[in-house]
Amino acid sequence: MSDARLSALAAQLAARQVSSRELAQQYLDRIAALNPTINAFITVDADKTLREAAAADALIAAGKAGPLTGVPIAHKDIFCTDGWLTTCGSKMLHNFVAPYDAHVIQRFKAAGMPSLGKTNMDEFAMGSSNETSHFGPVKNPWNPAYVPGGSSGGAAACVAARMAPAATGTDTGGSIRQPAALCGITGLKPTYGLVSRYGMIAFASSLDQAGPMAPSAEDCALLLNVMTGFDPRDSTSLERDKEDYTRDLDQPLAGLRVGLPREFFAEGLNNEVAAAVETAVAELKKLGATTVEISLANSKLAIPVYYVLAPAEASSNLSRFDGVRYGYRAPDYASLDDMYCKTRAQGFGAEVKRRILIGAYVLSHGYYDAYYLQAQKIRRLIADDFNEAFKTCDVILGPTAPGTAFKLGEKSDDPVEMYLNDLYTIPANLAGLPGMSLPCGFDAKGLPIGLQLVGDYFSEAKMLNVAHQYQAVTDWHMRLPPQGEASGVRSKE
Amino acid sequence: MSLSPDDVKRIARLARIETSDAEAQATQAQLNTIFDLIATMQAVDTRGIAPMAHAQEVFQRLRDDAVTETDRHAAFQAVAPAVENGLYLVPKVIE
Repeated sequence: MSDARLSALAAQLAARQVSSRELAQQYLDRIAALNPTINAFITVDADKTLREAAAADALIAAGKAGPLTGVPIAHKDIFCTDGWLTTCGSKMLHNFVAPYDAHVIQRFKAAGMPSLGKTNMDEFAMGSSNETSHFGPVKNPWNPAYVPGGSSGGAAACVAARMAPAATGTDTGGSIRQPAALCGITGLKPTYGLVSRYGMIAFASSLDQAGPMAPSAEDCALLLNVMTGFDPRDSTSLERDKEDYTRDLDQPLAGLRVGLPREFFAEGLNNEVAAAVETAVAELKKLGATTVEISLANSKLAIPVYYVLAPAEASSNLSRFDGVRYGYRAPDYASLDDMYCKTRAQGFGAEVKRRILIGAYVLSHGYYDAYYLQAQKIRRLIADDFNEAFKTCDVILGPTAPGTAFKLGEKSDDPVEMYLNDLYTIPANLAGLPGMSLPCGFDAKGLPIGLQLVGDYFSEAKMLNVAHQYQAVTDWHMRLPPQGEASGVRSKE
Repeated sequence: MSLSPDDVKRIARLARIETSDAEAQATQAQLNTIFDLIATMQAVDTRGIAPMAHAQEVFQRLRDDAVTETDRHAAFQAVAPAVENGLYLVPKVIE
């Protein structure tokens, strides 16, 4: 396997050692070979990909290339992509060819990065295992009997199996970080408001945030440079000066204060995960970091709070799917109302319906104060804990998920058991803080372990610095799953 | 707090999701385990705490009252289940 870092691929493209078309074709070949097993992609369209790659080659030839022009990327099927099937993993949108591009897609197109296709995901991003997809579960490249995590499971799996050098994801309660952890890659959820949600199919609008997924922190920094930026079409998009997220990658970590939340190392955490995370902490100390114990006392309430707020927002957002303007419509109905009810009964899967029902209930008359308002108040307590913690530390470190990947079907009948997977990731969404997951080891079964960093608002460059320095002295992020070695993507030397 | 199958059917009706009696039975059990989890919130004293609706204090921006969109109704209606003469077709609602 040759060097597939985005910076290395970009350098090879700039030096004309490989063309964007050749590079895209290598990844398309690998997708064709592995996707029947992994099921990471819902849609692949080689002609479109190669046309975009040819356009990138023209930019390079004309001397108009940006830092990543010609490097291909896979997009989560939650982003509307002009002329591409955009399903959000649902039967409801099984035939929806988007008539416009999401902001994130526009940014990657403007950067000259060809799309390798649309990646599989939990239906409407609701799930932690990718088993709720209408298009079948994604398999974990490290062991196809195990889930890749979710909801950005296709994105994580395709990067882990090197079917794409990078992918976009979205994270409402951990949907970038948890699959990144379970598949052994790096993924970052930015501060809420940094990346425009325009054209990103909404789940819970006050929590949804798009971010990069790739092998390394350096890759994520380069991708974040493309993705972020003000967009007036998203009312929560933040007007801020453009940052270069690679600027601090090489800073030394001497004096870095790492906060360890005692609640994240308590009962419920798998021993092998705890040991790997503690070893990573020791590694950071060798690099000059110091640790401080902190408390996020209200974080244990994050799951109940999330399962009020996210379904409430989802029940409202998903009311648009009624069989009138796009997507699925039930074949037989007696009236307009009957058409709505049958379309939604047939078009949504079980988990999506459950969450719509929870949302409709907590927002209904007589329950609003007890559930929705109470959840919003505790949301503030959770955010306040973080604000307090950042007075004594620069970055918070803990496990990304309580365990490693679990077997397909193992938790799919027990929603609450599934929800507990996001115990450590949800608090950052509720507070709107940036969080990332990076590989820090393997369990005895050979499945990847992820560690999570949570930073203060707008501290992405600092988190990426910590992650990059850790990755400079470890090679967990370079390890490849068994299939990864078989038919590795090679670029011309 | 515990939901009955009738509660489930009532909520499903609010959400416009057709639900059979058998489905309501099955859903009821799962929703109740989720609401047991949610109920742990109720023990928290939140008197005097301001609800947090959003991570950032953002306000609706105003823009000039000018047309910024082009007419793309043909492209947008091309993905609709049933359209005629630029109109979405649905079952008759007024006799």
